[in-house]
Formats: sequence, C-alpha cells, structure tokens
Amino acid sequence: MGSLFAFTLLGLFTGAAYAIMASGLVLTYTTTRVFNIAHGAFGMFLSFVFWDFTQRQGMPTVLSLILVLGVVAPAIGWFIQRFVTRGLGEGPVSVALVVTVGLLVGLIGLAQQIWPPEPRVLLPFWSGTGWQVGDIFVTAHQLITLVCAVAVAFGLYLLLNRTRIGTAMRASVDNPELLKLFGGKPDRVAALSWAIGISLAALGGILLTPVVLLDYYALTLLVINAYAAAMLGRLKSLPMTFAGAMILGVLESWAVGYLPTDGFLASFRPVIPALFLFAIVVLMPQAQLRIGQVKGIVTAPVPSMRLSIGSGAGVLVVVLLLVNLVAPNQVLLIGVAATYAIVMLSLVLLTGYGGHVSLAQFTFAGVGALAYAKLDEPNLFGLLVSALIAAAVGALVALPVLRLTGLYLALSTMAFAVLMDKVVFNAEFAFKFNGTLAAERLSILGLRIGSDTAYVWFMVLAFVLLALGLLVLRRGALGRLLVAMRDSPSACGTLGLDLRWFRVGLFALSAGIAGLAGGLFAGLRGTVGAADFLYFQSLLVLLLAVVFGATSVTGALLGGTALMLLPELQAASPSMAGLLFAVIGFGAVLLGRDPNGIANHLFRVGRWLRSRVAPGLEERLQALLPRGGAADGTDGAVDVPLVDVPLVEVSGGDPADTMVIEKVV
Amino acid sequence: MALLEVDDVVVRFGGVTAVNRARFSADRGVITGLIGPNGAGKTTCFNVITGLQKPTKGRVRYRDRDVTGWPVHRRARHGVGRTFQRLEAFGSLSVRDNVRVAQEIHGGPLAWFGGRRGAVSVEMLLDRVGITEYADERADSIPTGTARLLELARCLASDPQLLLLDEPSSGLDETETDAFGELLVELAAEGCSILMVEHDMDLVMSVCHDIHVLDFGEIIASGAPADIRTNPDVQRAYLGYAEGDGDLDGDTGVIPAVEEVV
Repeated sequence: MGSLFAFTLLGLFTGAAYAIMASGLVLTYTTTRVFNIAHGAFGMFLSFVFWDFTQRQGMPTVLSLILVLGVVAPAIGWFIQRFVTRGLGEGPVSVALVVTVGLLVGLIGLAQQIWPPEPRVLLPFWSGTGWQVGDIFVTAHQLITLVCAVAVAFGLYLLLNRTRIGTAMRASVDNPELLKLFGGKPDRVAALSWAIGISLAALGGILLTPVVLLDYYALTLLVINAYAAAMLGRLKSLPMTFAGAMILGVLESWAVGYLPTDGFLASFRPVIPALFLFAIVVLMPQAQLRIGQVKGIVTAPVPSMRLSIGSGAGVLVVVLLLVNLVAPNQVLLIGVAATYAIVMLSLVLLTGYGGHVSLAQFTFAGVGALAYAKLDEPNLFGLLVSALIAAAVGALVALPVLRLTGLYLALSTMAFAVLMDKVVFNAEFAFKFNGTLAAERLSILGLRIGSDTAYVWFMVLAFVLLALGLLVLRRGALGRLLVAMRDSPSACGTLGLDLRWFRVGLFALSAGIAGLAGGLFAGLRGTVGAADFLYFQSLLVLLLAVVFGATSVTGALLGGTALMLLPELQAASPSMAGLLFAVIGFGAVLLGRDPNGIANHLFRVGRWLRSRVAPGLEERLQALLPRGGAADGTDGAVDVPLVDVPLVEVSGGDPADTMVIEKVV
Repeated sequence: MALLEVDDVVVRFGGVTAVNRARFSADRGVITGLIGPNGAGKTTCFNVITGLQKPTKGRVRYRDRDVTGWPVHRRARHGVGRTFQRLEAFGSLSVRDNVRVAQEIHGGPLAWFGGRRGAVSVEMLLDRVGITEYADERADSIPTGTARLLELARCLASDPQLLLLDEPSSGLDETETDAFGELLVELAAEGCSILMVEHDMDLVMSVCHDIHVLDFGEIIASGAPADIRTNPDVQRAYLGYAEGDGDLDGDTGVIPAVEEVV
C-alpha cells in the first residue's frame, strides 16, 4: 500500500533529525555523566541564532550554517562544560538535573529577550526543490536531513573508533579517574564532547525547524524525543539511539497518517515521544543497587519543635494582618503564593529530604485541582480525596520508573507533565480544550469559607500545618530513613528496606501534597483550566524551590512568594519578561549546586547575628516570651515572613551539624 | 547442616570471570572463613549472596530455599545481613542514628511512626561492639575501624541469622582485633552463623570452624583451619610457592601473617 510506504519514508526523514539530536545527547551524557535536559533548548537557541544570521543579518545560508555549527555551538558547548557542568557528573544526580533545568529555563528566557515573540519563518534548505518518488514528493531538505544523519553516524564512528581522542572519550565513559592516571585529559575529552554535542543539538534543531516551527517551547521539548530515542540504547549505545530515533520518527508519521484528525485520539499525536518513552521505561529491566557511590551530605538544620510552632504562628499572624491591609486583588496573590509554597513543600520532602527530582510537581497540583472541581465536594473530605487521587497518579507514574535510577525518574516526570498538559488536561473528561471548570470554596463543618481573606488565611494555615507535619516527619524515623536512603541505598537494601516501594510511597506522598495545593488553588480561583497547569510551571517551581532552599520549609515559603511575584513583575515590565526567566534559570545554574539555597544563608546570618551582635538576646527573649518565638516571624520583611530564620538554633540544632554547614557555605 | 549453599556460581563482567563455578557452604552456628588473595572474587561472592549482584550462572540456597532470584531486601528480611569492605555507613547520620535506622527498617512501617521498638536497645548494641563513646558523632567523621564496628552493630540491629562480614578487622589494632574475635565467637555461640572475608590470618585461624579459599574466582581448598594451613595449593596461591622459607617484602600485609601460620 502506497501511503504506508509514504508515511514510513516521511517518518524516516524526521527520525534522521531526531537521531542527530539524540546522538549529541548520548555523547555528552556518556562522557561526562551529566544528562543535559537543556539539550533541546540549546537546539532552540542556536536555531534562533541561525535565523538571525540568515534572515536578519542576511548572511548566506552556508556561511551561517558553518558559523553556527562550527563556531558558535562548539564555543557554547566548551563554555558550558568548562564553567557550568564540570564536575557535576560525580555529584548527586539531583544537582546536575537542577542545573540543566536552570539552563533550559535560562535559555528560553534569553531567547525571548533577544528575539521577542513575533512570527518568524525559517525556510527549509533549497525550498521548492524536490523529487517525485513513487507517490510522494521528497524535498531537498528531507534528503539533506537524511544525508546529515548518515554523515553524523559515520563521523562519530570514525571519531570514536579511529582517533586517539575518540578512544579517550570511550575510556572516559568507563572511568575518567583511570583515564587521568593513564595520561589522558578527561577535561579535554569532556569539552570536546560538549562542543560536538551542542553542535549536534543545533544541527538537529535547524533541520527540524521547518517541521516544528521556530518556537521557544516546541524546539526545547525536542529533548524528550531525543531522550526517548536514546533510552532505546539505554543512553549508551549510539547505533540503538539511531534506531530509536528512526522508530520514533516513523511512529509519529504514522500517527499523522492514521490517527483521526479530530476527537480525543487526535490529541495523542504530539505526545507520541512521551508515550514511546514510557513504553521503553516499562520494558527496561530493574537497575541493580550499586555500592560505593554516595557520601554524607549536609542539609539545613532542623529547627526545634517549639521554634517551628512559634514561627508558624508568627506567619499566621502576619498573614492575618496582611490580608486585612492590602488591596483585595493582592489578597488573592497571597493565596497564589500559598499554593506555590505548598507545592514547594512537596519538593522539600521529595528533593530536599529524599534526593529525587520531579519535573511534574505542578502537574500533580493540576490533578488535585481537576479532582477537586470534578468531585464537587467542597469540604475537607473532597480536598482529601483530591490529594489522594493526585497521590495515586503519582504512584502510577513512579512505579515503572523507580525500578530504575533517579535520573530516569526526573526525565520521565517531564514527559508525564507534557503528556498531561497537552492531552489529558485538555480532554473532554477533564478541563476540555480551552475550557475551565468551576470549583467552590470548601466548607468546614458546614461553615463555608467564602470571603477571600478567610480563604487565603485558611490556605496559609494549611501551609503551616503541612510544614509542621513535614518537620515532624523529618525529626522522626522517616526523616532518618530518608537520609539513610540517600547516603547508601545499598546498605538500606541489605538491611531489609524495599527501596522501590519506599520511593514510590515517598513520591506518592509528595504528589499528594502537591494535589492538595491544587485543590485549594481551585477553590481560590473559582474556575480552573488546563492553562493554569502548564508543564513549564513545574520547572519554575523546581528551580525556585532549589534556589531558595529545597531542604527547609522556609525555603518553600520564600520560593512560593517569589514565584507568585514573578508574573507580576513580568506584567509590570513586559519588555523584561524574558530576562526574568533568564535570571531565574541562570540563577539556578549558579545556586543549584547547593540545594540548601538562600534560606540556609539566612539561617547562617541569623546564627551570626545571634552570636556576634546580641549574644544575650536569646535569654532575654526567652524571659520575655515563655512560649518563645512568636515574635520571630514578624521581624522579617513585611510581605516575606521568614519562618525560622533568626533563632534557628535556640534549642534545636546540634553543634556538629552547624559546624559542617559552615564549612560548606 | 548447611545454612547457606553457594552452588556453581559464575559471575562474568564483560570478558573477566570474577567468580568461576564457586561452590561452598556455611553451616549453622559457626564461623566460616572465606579467604584468598586480593581480587580473588570474595566480595563478588558476598554480592551474589546478598543479591547485589546477579550471578551469570549458578544458584544460592539459604535455609534450603533457592534465593537466587530474590531481591536484596527480601533476603535481608529473611536474616541475611552484611557489612561492606568499602564502607557504606550512613555518613550524614550520627553513629547512634545509624543503628537506630537499621532497627527501624527491621521493624517495618509500624516502627517508623513511633510504634514498635526493637527487643535489643540501640545503646546495648553500641556497647556490645564497643563504640559507645562515638555515639553522637557523624558517621563520616569516625575512624575506619570504628566505622566497621558500626556496620556490625547496624547489622546486628536487624537480628540476622547469617552475618556476612567483609574484612571486618581491617583498621583495628591488635587489642581491638582480639576483642573483636571474642565477640564473633560469642555471636556464633548465640546461634548466629557468620561468613567472613578476612585478611588477618591469625584471626581467621583462631575463630573459624571452616575455611574456603578462593583464588582467581575458584575455590581451591575447603576445610578446617589446620588443613588449610598445610594445604600446598593455598600456600602457592598466597606465596607463589608451596614450601618457601619466607624471604618476603610483605607489601600486602597478608603474606607475613600467612608466613607465621605456615
């Protein structure tokens, strides 16, 4: 049948471009152990550069191509390896993930800042030229794509198998330390693979631009296609990666050809890569525990219970004052901040305590909101059930993935977030395409919390209670288990802990907390839609949580407030919108190495003040306030109450903890 | 009768055969030694027994059940405990919390939420292995020998029936090693079976009931300490020749010990 052949052939052309991109991803990952989530974003950014060279500057296509692929891309790759990702491969996976997510967001922001949104066209190479093959028309661009893929495959083969540096690259896959001992230069190897990797991302992006258009997000998301293809080769084998890319291209092409053009099934077309990815992940064998990887880590000190309760009460008092003082529309903003802060609490549990990264946390809030609106049970029971549904969805996502390692979890959650964003939330049974659902504010014991001020205060109360709950967990057996699991999963396993179910439970609990935030958010807004839960929001949640401190509830509170302020700032100065993303993204790149974040620096300032400036203050305060701490929250900035900053160690932290933190900070 | 049987186990890493048709057993209530030169495949055997490494071929039987396909945690729940040659203490926790976590894992989810407590207290375990004075220190700041004892205490907290000790005495001085040997004998007397990889031949010869010798992944000798001592194959594996007069540089620290014994 002719059309099957036609669609298959078309799919191979797209697959060839995916293969180019994916091989760059595999190259950088295998040689430096840093999975570059921003791989697609680099492709996007450099496609814009290519557009700029050819369309705006009017340079000849070939010259622009040589400049982008031969100069700009390798230079960026070298720079990133040298100054950003160097050494990340040996650290915890979560840090490398956060840093590259930061790059992703930063690049999108930068692109928006340099090339503000406007329709741009990047013509295919030799547009108009083509040949009739059977019943289909093969364009010159498609042929070039295929030729490029073959050239890349052949070039990489020659490089890795026939050159000295290529041999060193393969050696560095196994053991960079050993390579160093034998006189190799792992840094040079790493720089070269990043230079080539980014160049391949650029080539893939440029070749795919006529298909996916010159769009900040669509090109960035190509990392999921590349990742899915690379997973077929377990992120290691280049030939399998090429095969995976071709299969993916053909599947997508078939979807275009054979899926109905309207209705629910039609929406599956853009998420074929995500589905392909899940299928591979489910089929992969369970990873084995490895010995001798991780060492002790340093986290923010856990405040004493009295201090925590005091600070929580302080926050509640401050918010009570605030909601009655500020303008009505700003009251809602405080509610939004509380939503984000609760979602970030779920990340404190998962990432800060547990060491796992989720790129779908706001999607779980979306699941909670959807469940809350659909249930139409505006009471605590409805809220709880919504949270449970989000937790169950979280468990379902985590179950197949957590047999593998943390890296796969994070990447798969990103695919999941895109899947929900593009398909499920827009489906008839959910928010519907461009639609919204109404949600009523909840009642407690028949008393409806109707007014904005009361509802927002209730949300903050929920935050405070959850934060306290989290701190209780952290101090108890579960907290010890989480630390132990991060320090040595193997030891936990040989002591009898079923790591898989433990992690699934942890992930589900975290998704449940995010779902609770979503339910509360639905009530706050009154109407919620798919547009409220875009996958990109989850990336921002993660970055700000880490920047402000993913290991403390204070960090969550600060991060939530900052994320609420972000769109306000962007609206206030639209010309700076992209720049703000760039600042957040690159800020996370700088700060992502220390997940204790800004909050921990504040704790340190607090300790310093206590010891240097007012050594006797603590006793005097104790004498004045027998319950302690209630005043603490109020002496922070007015709109950003600092939970447990000033007196972090009054009776809590132990000296050993503090000492090590000082060393690191 | 045998509590643990390793039957014809083969482990290959790429082209390297780390363990080649190893066949040995450990009896109930006694201390069994697993010795051999560096790189002989001892730790790999431990990994196979605990489930951290899938064997390429062969079976592991524990308490007369084939546990080859069991995951790590399930074996642990059935009483297989181990310590590690390259330490796996929970570095960011205090020594006391290391043991407490082990007890909590052993207690199951009920213990996590404050319910059940173990029969033996954490303090008693720390005291038993003699590291009470380090109880409040972070586990990544204590000396290696102490950390090994901590791993033993942590292991004991999960009430094991079969204890796999991977070079437990390295990092201990002579007096400490003697005390440690006594502790092992006590544990065995209480019914705990021990399989031990160890380079200190004095310790091995004095506490072990049976010894298996591994060389290049193969069991070259099995028997009581007295037989192993005089076995020419073992002498060759360690010394390069069978009836030497011992003019050695002793760079591994192992050979002099054997020499004394021989």
